[in-house]
Amino acid sequence: MKIAICIKQVPDTTDIKWTEHNTIQREGVESILNPYDVYAIEAALKIKQKDTNAELTALTMGPAQAEEILRKAISVGVDRGYLISDKKFAAADTYATGSTLSAAIKKIIPDFDMIICGQFAIDGDTAQTGPTVANMLNIPQITYVKEIESFDEKTVTVLREVEDGVEKLTAEFPVLLCLLKKEDEEPTRAKINGIINAKNAEITTLTMDDIELAPERAGLKGSPTYVSKAFRPIQKHRNVPPTEASPESQVIFLYNKLHELGAFDNE
Amino acid sequence: MSKGILLYAELTRYSEDGQYVHPVFFELAAKANELSKKLNDAPIYAILLGSKNLVENFKEGFTENNIDTVYVVEDERLQDYSTEYYSKIITDLTKEIDPEIFIIGATTQGRDIAPRISSSLHTGLTADCIELDINEKGQLAATRPTFGGQLMATILCKNQPQMATVRPKVFKPLKEFVKKDTKFITKKANIDDIEKKVNLIEFLKNPEKEESALEDAEIIVAGGRGMKDLMGFEMLKEFASLLNAKVGASRVAVEMGLASHEMQIGQTGKTVTPKIYIACGISGALQHTVGMTGSDKIIAINIDKNAPIFDIADIAIAGDVFEILPELINMIKK
Repeated sequence: MKIAICIKQVPDTTDIKWTEHNTIQREGVESILNPYDVYAIEAALKIKQKDTNAELTALTMGPAQAEEILRKAISVGVDRGYLISDKKFAAADTYATGSTLSAAIKKIIPDFDMIICGQFAIDGDTAQTGPTVANMLNIPQITYVKEIESFDEKTVTVLREVEDGVEKLTAEFPVLLCLLKKEDEEPTRAKINGIINAKNAEITTLTMDDIELAPERAGLKGSPTYVSKAFRPIQKHRNVPPTEASPESQVIFLYNKLHELGAFDNE
Repeated sequence: MSKGILLYAELTRYSEDGQYVHPVFFELAAKANELSKKLNDAPIYAILLGSKNLVENFKEGFTENNIDTVYVVEDERLQDYSTEYYSKIITDLTKEIDPEIFIIGATTQGRDIAPRISSSLHTGLTADCIELDINEKGQLAATRPTFGGQLMATILCKNQPQMATVRPKVFKPLKEFVKKDTKFITKKANIDDIEKKVNLIEFLKNPEKEESALEDAEIIVAGGRGMKDLMGFEMLKEFASLLNAKVGASRVAVEMGLASHEMQIGQTGKTVTPKIYIACGISGALQHTVGMTGSDKIIAINIDKNAPIFDIADIAIAGDVFEILPELINMIKK
């Protein structure tokens, strides 16, 4: 079985700081492997545990430094990594990213059985790239996958988490799956030989010409959307200065307020 | 030239207990009414897909929300949602209607289908908008949080239709109905050529699902990093049970493993609008607050008197939640 795993390097958004000029401070912000993609890799590793012939290929679109996450994927058991990198890919929206990733997959593993992605990337939070890639490759997708239950040479059965419960779905290959994070599961840790593999692995870099993508489909040019303005959000001020009394008086204050608001009569 | 605003009227899951138009549709309809006025009363269209008796069952939702035309596709094969069937039908209909704007609710179904439609139409899609407006050039200006909610971006789209998704509870439905002599146009499902590759084997309804419960709660007690550990969340649960409240969490608390993803409120979690929101040990990053600023009354308890949560609080308590809550719990118990 041939599996492509689409991963992304993202800034650690819990760690963002502002400059005096109200712009995001880029320096010193740590880059991490998108937390949802960790579980996309996990899902692929689990398949490989059962089907040892499975070939796992990780790919990412990003700058040169995104190579780090490909090595990280290799360190836990992914077979190879491709970096899709070109200055012309910059400022891509989800449509242009979809064009780029789908062109890359066609080039690298045209005979894939499955593509696995994370459901969201924590920087953009759009959840759009996976379905866009699937659509451009003309294959179906299953989003919000919480578990790959079983698979054989031709099909995969998954559990999909939706608002009102869980759907069990089966898909014929080729298919794209978007994986949710698992709170209760510790991801695989790299072992020594994995780390050595990752260090020695050759990461292939593919440019726009390599994946035969038309310039008008990549990056800013290939993006139907564009940012007209970005601003630091101003929260609606309710202008109540915080009270700093003793805990005892704060407890009484809160109790009275809750009483006033009818919190104790809530059905 | 493309004209009008198209909305997708998603139906809830078909079951014997009945089926409904998802509430997010009425929220989108209210916003579409606003946008339409700014576009010289551009028509508002809706697409409705399902298995049977659609006009009969759901007519009022459209005639009372000032919808001009509804395109109805009825087919037994559309009883359960299918990405393959639904995206084909909606894409084809959208080409025919040729709207300038297309808005879809960011439900699991909406998020699954919207990128397929937009990429088939070679247009842009802005996800999870918290505001939609028409700019001076008559374009859709879609504003959404990004970078974990720490930056807001207003996004324009150079192709038509300009597409956007909006999560439930972000907009409010119309306060008063606007009656319309809505036209219902029935269309055939052009899906005979599709060999469906993904099939639903079974649906396991989760009776314990907190999802709707949190979104419909009158009172929410939510915890963040400041709750420190699972014991901290146990205390919140006890406090919540005394108020018949539901427990929510910030993303950090979920990432610390203190709460499940189901409980997460904010940009990557749920949007809630309770009567009382009690934020305990939550600093108030925009990632979180976009999901709860619509609450009627916000009470915040935080040890850091400079925490941004106090900017939006109605009742602001600068103090140690571990000193205050246990005492408050005792007092309520008495």
